[in-house]
Amino acid sequence: MADLDILDPSNSSQDDRDIAELGEAIDTCLELAHGFGLDPYQVHFEVVPAYIMYEFGAYLIPGRFNHWTHGKAYYRMKTQYDYGLSKIYEMVINSNPATAFLMEANSLWQQKMVIAHVLGHVDFFKHNAYFGHTNRQMVDIASLHAERINKYEYDHGTEEVEKYLDAVLSIEEHIDTTVRIRQELSLPLETSNSQPESPYADLWDLDNQTKDKAKQAQKDKEKARKKFPPNPEKDLLRFIMTYSRELEDWQRDIIEIVRNEALYFLPQKQTKIMNEGWASLWHQRIVRELDFNDSEYTEYAQLNSGVLSPNRRNINPYYIGWKIWEDIERRWDKPTSEEKERLKRQGNEGHNKIFEVRELDNDISFLRNYLTKDLIEELDLYLYEKRDDQWVIVEKDWQKVRDGLVASMTNFGDPYIVVEDGDYKQNGELYLKHQFEGTPLDVSYAEKVLQYVHHLWGRGVHLETVTDNKKVLYSFDGRSNTRRTVN
Amino acid sequence: MSDTITFSKGMFSITKQDWSLHRKGPIDQTRHKEKIKEAIKKNLSDIVSEENIILSDGKKTIKVPIRSLEEYRFRYDHNQSKGVGQGEGNSKVGDVIGQDQGDGSGKGKEAGDQPGVDYYEAEVSIDELAELIFEDLGLPNLEEKKHQELESESVRFTDVRKVGVLANLDKKRTIMENIKRNAMAGDARFKDVKNDDLRFKTWDREVKLQSNAVVIAMMDVSGSMGDFEKYIARSFYFWMVRFLRTKYNNVNIIFISHHTEAKEVTEEEFFNKGESGGTQVSSAYELALSIIDERFNPQEWNIYPFHFSDGGNLPWDNDRCVDLVLKFIDICNIFGYGEIRESHYSLMSTLMSAYSRVDNKKFVGVTISDKAEVYPALRRFFSENEVTKK
Repeated sequence: MADLDILDPSNSSQDDRDIAELGEAIDTCLELAHGFGLDPYQVHFEVVPAYIMYEFGAYLIPGRFNHWTHGKAYYRMKTQYDYGLSKIYEMVINSNPATAFLMEANSLWQQKMVIAHVLGHVDFFKHNAYFGHTNRQMVDIASLHAERINKYEYDHGTEEVEKYLDAVLSIEEHIDTTVRIRQELSLPLETSNSQPESPYADLWDLDNQTKDKAKQAQKDKEKARKKFPPNPEKDLLRFIMTYSRELEDWQRDIIEIVRNEALYFLPQKQTKIMNEGWASLWHQRIVRELDFNDSEYTEYAQLNSGVLSPNRRNINPYYIGWKIWEDIERRWDKPTSEEKERLKRQGNEGHNKIFEVRELDNDISFLRNYLTKDLIEELDLYLYEKRDDQWVIVEKDWQKVRDGLVASMTNFGDPYIVVEDGDYKQNGELYLKHQFEGTPLDVSYAEKVLQYVHHLWGRGVHLETVTDNKKVLYSFDGRSNTRRTVN
Repeated sequence: MSDTITFSKGMFSITKQDWSLHRKGPIDQTRHKEKIKEAIKKNLSDIVSEENIILSDGKKTIKVPIRSLEEYRFRYDHNQSKGVGQGEGNSKVGDVIGQDQGDGSGKGKEAGDQPGVDYYEAEVSIDELAELIFEDLGLPNLEEKKHQELESESVRFTDVRKVGVLANLDKKRTIMENIKRNAMAGDARFKDVKNDDLRFKTWDREVKLQSNAVVIAMMDVSGSMGDFEKYIARSFYFWMVRFLRTKYNNVNIIFISHHTEAKEVTEEEFFNKGESGGTQVSSAYELALSIIDERFNPQEWNIYPFHFSDGGNLPWDNDRCVDLVLKFIDICNIFGYGEIRESHYSLMSTLMSAYSRVDNKKFVGVTISDKAEVYPALRRFFSENEVTKK
């Protein structure tokens, strides 16, 4: 950690005094957090001016590679901040020690609330199982990534790298969450022309060799016709990186970079509601213990209700998450007599229960297991859809609302797309398939993405999906987009 | 700002450092801006005749749809998927929670969270747009005339920066920045100016002195000119007027509208008044020539007559028009004729076929059948040639 600077109070500037005050606030919040049972990593707090804050907000990791899409996000955040439409109070990086950026312009009471919120996040990052494999040095790694991409820009031209990144980023969501499990079980991607695993492998077959010769010939034939990949492959980035025949090393490296960063973000996407809810739960409890004066408390209450306000078109993860956490705690503290008998709940187990849930669940299981009928009704959740020009509430039944919410989070809300055939028409073309589950794709977008994928794959690319209740194959051959109905 | 300050204690540390050299976001933002500019340039033909520009009533900025700046992804069709929302405790099935803005004309309040909008709306100022449109346009065949001078000036505020000479301090912006920062801290007053608040202007100024010019804008407003024809003619003249005023400080513009009779009208009338009746094109040309005779000596003025029409003219008037066009050519720099036809396939008008006999480089004729052809027409008429000396 950073060196210990002994501050000389007789010679302190305003900044020094601010920092000292902030230090006391952190100290107090930490003590309270520990008292509640939270166990965060060490945290490094960095006080930054607004323009740095929205830059980090736009890039998600400080020092991440340059790309115009980051500039677009930066511009949007900056504008929203400048117009007073939104403000980023803090940003926490999931590293060890954790890094938390605090907005310089926050008042002291705001900083206290923010610090308490940060401690909730850091505790969650440290303990939730889905972060178990997270690379806690991602800030450093992202800077190395940025350096590498810089070098490629120098070698191959900024525009070419930019165009290439445009293409890679268009499919950055299409990675595989189970990839680590597969790596641990060492189940590599199979290829159609895979060789025997070891030079001696054929020895095992010696006994059967003659009588199986015919069988073997048959097998070979089948193998030759066998699909590549043998099973549908969800990790488009990994598949293209490994098997595209067109890519140079630097291009494969860029895919690797984008994929690595996307993998880093996955657990955060996967636990958004839990994590924001957890941080909101604890910032409220910690702040409650602090000595705010009346006006500070009023301001805090306003800000807090702003953060936790409901939203007609989206759910507010801070709010929903917090309500579920409190509900779990209450139900395990004071079980109904039925729960006591049937589920053998003792009562007064709320604290242990929420700490257990924060370790084991992700948003989908969290909602499935703990978003109850009562809560859905209390929160007034609903499903809506578009009818003509209007967005209309179409479902209030609690089970359907819960299932709808869970379904909307499947695959992080993105369409599930796999490589069905990497050698389509025995011509090395790429055949993608959308695993249709009732919601059609945005076709104009899909056609543009196919152009990008073609840029990566170098040969014809195809996407099978369902449009207007018909199976349709969208293709791009390098010159034009086409579509045809298939059976 | 001071150097790094660090405060460290067992479980945590705090740092505050000087970030003023950190410039990642602005670099990418600049690239994003460049891309918007490129995209606008590519789509100029579509943008030039956007209704919300022509009807912008002097608004300073407009939103233009830019397709190539979207970040394309495989995504669901939002119009066909269900969303989850939260009411205030009393929502019922059938409640309407939002309305689509439909035509995307920017009337909706919630454009930001509107699902399903498949283009990126870039906000540009009309001036910025004009600059792009006029980048390589100019008055053709401009000649150096005696006496009076036409000033062409371009002032380019290239940037507003956080560093600069104190003399160029942009006080208004600086005060705004300061108040903004203080407002964030909860006290919206102008106080405690920090370096971070300072904003400076930098600009380049280019002034070229050129000869006098007058542009005569003639438009057919007869009954045969339908909404489409009038819209096209007006959108052409909208940009023409804007272009002339942007690039030349001293250009004169004369507006003439005609049916069987022609009259000189104000700019306001020219763009807003509808007329009807038959058509006699020569009436406009005669009026224009007499105005030139009275007020604009060709020895001293560069003269640019333009005429937009649907080509419908009294048949016996066409020969007379050809004669008058030849007169224009003698004394003017170019003569521009634009004919608006609703279909590419309709026959050439008798007027246009009469003009096909005019064999002179100074006569420039275009036909427009589509909104997107307004921009190419502007380019045809205003491609700057070399200045010829007299």
